[in-house]
Amino acid sequence: MTTSGADDQNAIQILIDELKSEDIQLRLNSVRRLGTIAKGLGPERTRNELIKFLIECTEDEDEVLLALAEELGNFVEFVGGSEFAACLLPPLETLATVEETVVRDKAVESLRKIAEAIPSDKFEESFIPLLKSLSQGECFTSRTSACGLYSVAYPRSSDVVKKELRDRFGTLCSDDTPMVRRAASSNLGNFASQMDKEQVKSELIAIFINLAQDEQDSVRLLAVENCVAIGKMLDTQENTSLILPTVRSCAQDKSWRVRYMVATHFCALCQAMGAEITKTELLAAFVKLLRDTEAEVRTAAAYKVTGVCELIPQEMAIKQILPCVRELVSDSSQHVRAALASVIMGLAPVFGKENTKQHLLDLYLQLLKDDYPDVRLYLISKLDAVNKTIGIEMLSQSLLPAIVELAEDRQWRVRLAIIEYIPLLASQLGVEFFDEKLSNLCMTWLGDSVYSIRDAAINNLRKLTEVFGIEWAQQNIIPKVLALYTHPNYLYRMTTLFAISGMAPVVGSDVINHSMLPLVIRMAQDSVPNIRFNVAKTLQTLLAYVDGSVAQTQIKTCLTQLYEDQDRDVKFYANQALNAL
Amino acid sequence: MSDSNLQWNFSQVFGDKGPVEEVSDVDIVSAVEFDQSGEYLAAGDKGGRVVLFQRSKSNIGEYKFYSEFQSHEPEFDYLKSLEIEEKINKIKWLPPQKNGLFLLSTNDKTIKLWKVFNKKQMKWLNTDNTNNSIRIPRENNPVSVTTALIRKTFANAHAYHINSISLNSDGETFISADDLRVNLWNFAISDQSFNIVDIKPANMEELTEVITAAEFHPKHCNLFMYSSSKGTIKLADMRTSALCDNHAKVFEEQEDPSSRSFFSEIISSISDIKFSQDGRYIISRDYLTLKIWDINMDTKPVTTIHIHDHLRSKLCDLYENDCIFDKFECVCSPDGNNILTGSYHNYFHIHDRQGKNICSTEATKFRKPKTNITPKGRNSRPSRGNDGFSPDNTDFSKKILHLTWHPYDPTIAIAAANNLFIYQVFLPRIDSLSPDLFIDVQFGEHGDISKN
Repeated sequence: MTTSGADDQNAIQILIDELKSEDIQLRLNSVRRLGTIAKGLGPERTRNELIKFLIECTEDEDEVLLALAEELGNFVEFVGGSEFAACLLPPLETLATVEETVVRDKAVESLRKIAEAIPSDKFEESFIPLLKSLSQGECFTSRTSACGLYSVAYPRSSDVVKKELRDRFGTLCSDDTPMVRRAASSNLGNFASQMDKEQVKSELIAIFINLAQDEQDSVRLLAVENCVAIGKMLDTQENTSLILPTVRSCAQDKSWRVRYMVATHFCALCQAMGAEITKTELLAAFVKLLRDTEAEVRTAAAYKVTGVCELIPQEMAIKQILPCVRELVSDSSQHVRAALASVIMGLAPVFGKENTKQHLLDLYLQLLKDDYPDVRLYLISKLDAVNKTIGIEMLSQSLLPAIVELAEDRQWRVRLAIIEYIPLLASQLGVEFFDEKLSNLCMTWLGDSVYSIRDAAINNLRKLTEVFGIEWAQQNIIPKVLALYTHPNYLYRMTTLFAISGMAPVVGSDVINHSMLPLVIRMAQDSVPNIRFNVAKTLQTLLAYVDGSVAQTQIKTCLTQLYEDQDRDVKFYANQALNAL
Repeated sequence: MSDSNLQWNFSQVFGDKGPVEEVSDVDIVSAVEFDQSGEYLAAGDKGGRVVLFQRSKSNIGEYKFYSEFQSHEPEFDYLKSLEIEEKINKIKWLPPQKNGLFLLSTNDKTIKLWKVFNKKQMKWLNTDNTNNSIRIPRENNPVSVTTALIRKTFANAHAYHINSISLNSDGETFISADDLRVNLWNFAISDQSFNIVDIKPANMEELTEVITAAEFHPKHCNLFMYSSSKGTIKLADMRTSALCDNHAKVFEEQEDPSSRSFFSEIISSISDIKFSQDGRYIISRDYLTLKIWDINMDTKPVTTIHIHDHLRSKLCDLYENDCIFDKFECVCSPDGNNILTGSYHNYFHIHDRQGKNICSTEATKFRKPKTNITPKGRNSRPSRGNDGFSPDNTDFSKKILHLTWHPYDPTIAIAAANNLFIYQVFLPRIDSLSPDLFIDVQFGEHGDISKN
């Protein structure tokens, strides 16, 4: 045996010994490296000894068990390939029954992986017994885990076993504990997707309807997702007779949580049910949800307004949904209005130019004036959708005054959203219009009391320069920016420096040499050290945009001077810049 | 066989048997609760400990010590400069599971989920290292040790003192109530809860009432009730809206204006509320009375039992010594026919649903104490008090506040200071005990009672 082989063996021995360490961190590390251990042991010893040992280790902290459940899912190669995959089932079976949900879920995930790997001829003798014993487990945790395994076992079983699996799943769906019924209901959809349509219709529908009428709200609300899953498999006629009654009753359920689920999954429901049912049945239900008594439900429905409108003819949207939207704009709950604001802009392309002007603009204006900042914010961040539909002219006429007002909003996040939108607006409005209406605003932001706004304002100026050209910048922006250096507050003087660094890439060497650089050098005399070290930093940035001669003369002189500064930070940054020279 | 013929007898007592004066404060029992199987009984004390008792397998009806753990420790809230006591306010069991016992315990601020189970103590045997290959340890006869493990901590959601916790029938949620709010939790999520009731006024000077207790309906996952210091019980429906500030029903008895006094408000404060096991009745306890409400009739209780009528004249003294603020609990028998509550001088009372006194007994450490079965008429109002002695002889330092009823047997556990008493009805052949025996009066007379 070579030395390195012995070292490896030693290392693996240590890892194994640490599996039973008192220190949880060591155990966790070892579990994370189970693959290495198994490789060192070889497939045979892994199967015969390591797995047995691991079965004994299933009473540990959740963290360790979670890691173990995850590792075992990728263990097939270490036990000798799929031929032997079944030997991983016992430890995972135990892990699938622990009380911590996260561990159980991971164990189920790994069991599903193993199930895929087990060869067909061994599947029924290894996996099916495990599924049976989990399904009949005394603890509800074991039965809930079982629910997640049916969809993987079903397609790989013979017809006889399939029948048995359907029956067992049915039993789980009417289990005494709500926890098991919830797990069964959650997995009903993916189980159904593995079955023949005829079997779904003849057996599963009855189970589904039963669960949809469960006395526990938490079970009933899961039926909504199943409506989507099963609805996808059936045609319009079957949906009308088999699924629609449940959709209808869920949408009118006494519990707001069930209605909330319907609202949350409404678009998916419409798609699953098909266009015809959407028009004839679901639209009316949606209108009801938009007018629900519970704000949570209205919020969830408001998020779906655009999605639903995209699925129905335009005139129906205008006739039926628009009136609700109009009500929601002045809803008493801010969360409802915020939800609406985040999607209402998307209605413009759906409605088309004329209808947007006629119906939506007023609503936008109203939301822009909302008391709640999030509402304004969500609206502004989606402005471009409207822009595309009605054109910039319409937008500037109707919405601009409101936008300008928001540019001075109390909430800085709203101001920030506006700033980010300015370059786009500017490119479409043109120079003249911009100078007239917006240029002053852009300057005020440089003096904002919030740093993020000042920072964004500088970025904004750079983007504007890109849009309108250097000449325009030289005339309109640069003088104003540079003028800030006289400001009594050093923070604003700093803005000048930041603006110079920010704009240097786009203004060209002429502007830098003639207006920016002299100013920066002048500012090196500032009494505040923060300004002085920022001068050093700015000079370092400028190095990239000036000629070597300028750098070696003016900039070097100034930096050398700053290097002599008494302040440590100034010295530091001057030194840094000098090194970059 | 009628319930009133059942003879309640002393069965066991746990705890030190010294005189009351020598009891140290931390040993005082502050919560008792049977689990749903009746196999286990938990008691929490002012020292933050939880003690578990297990029903003996050989001698049915007898409980023996099973396990003990420190649930809460005293803490200090540095932000508010407040001491947080370790006292266990409530214990609630989760439905029994195979792999261990699960229970919630709470002090004023923090709710904890505990798992008590037999942990295997591994002793590893190293296999011989003969062929110089890697060794895999093998375990050798694991020894089981009963261990309490904290599973979840539900903290930082209550600004005021938690007075109750209650599990939902859906198996995944529970509520916790403090003086002004009720929060809804999911067992799996300990870092967030939903506020479902908030009675805190915008201006604290306008505060007129506080929440004193809250409980989920045993069957309907959407219903819960909470009681207030003004003597009202509100039933709320979580289906109708996410915030349950608007109650669905309020159970309140109009106060007789003639009996109004300085103490009216204090003594009308409800100290405990419970649903009967089928959810049909609500029992409530205030300082002087025990009331039974039909969930379908919110105007007045079907029965009012005067537990402390004899103390009415002594309210002034009781106010002086703070006894008037004692919070007596009440509990319903599994069949809903009998109600148990506590009193002073270590007395506990069992009444039937019509208000007839079944048993009033002093819980003492001496076997076979004087049992006093009072075959008095319905709604009788004894002039001297149920205890049969005058208030002047009553020892107000001895009181029974916390009690619990076995989930199906005629067995009760009663906390008196540092002692835990178990009382039972002994039947001729206890091993042939059938639950049917106690359900003979059942709820056959629903209609009659609600019309009373």
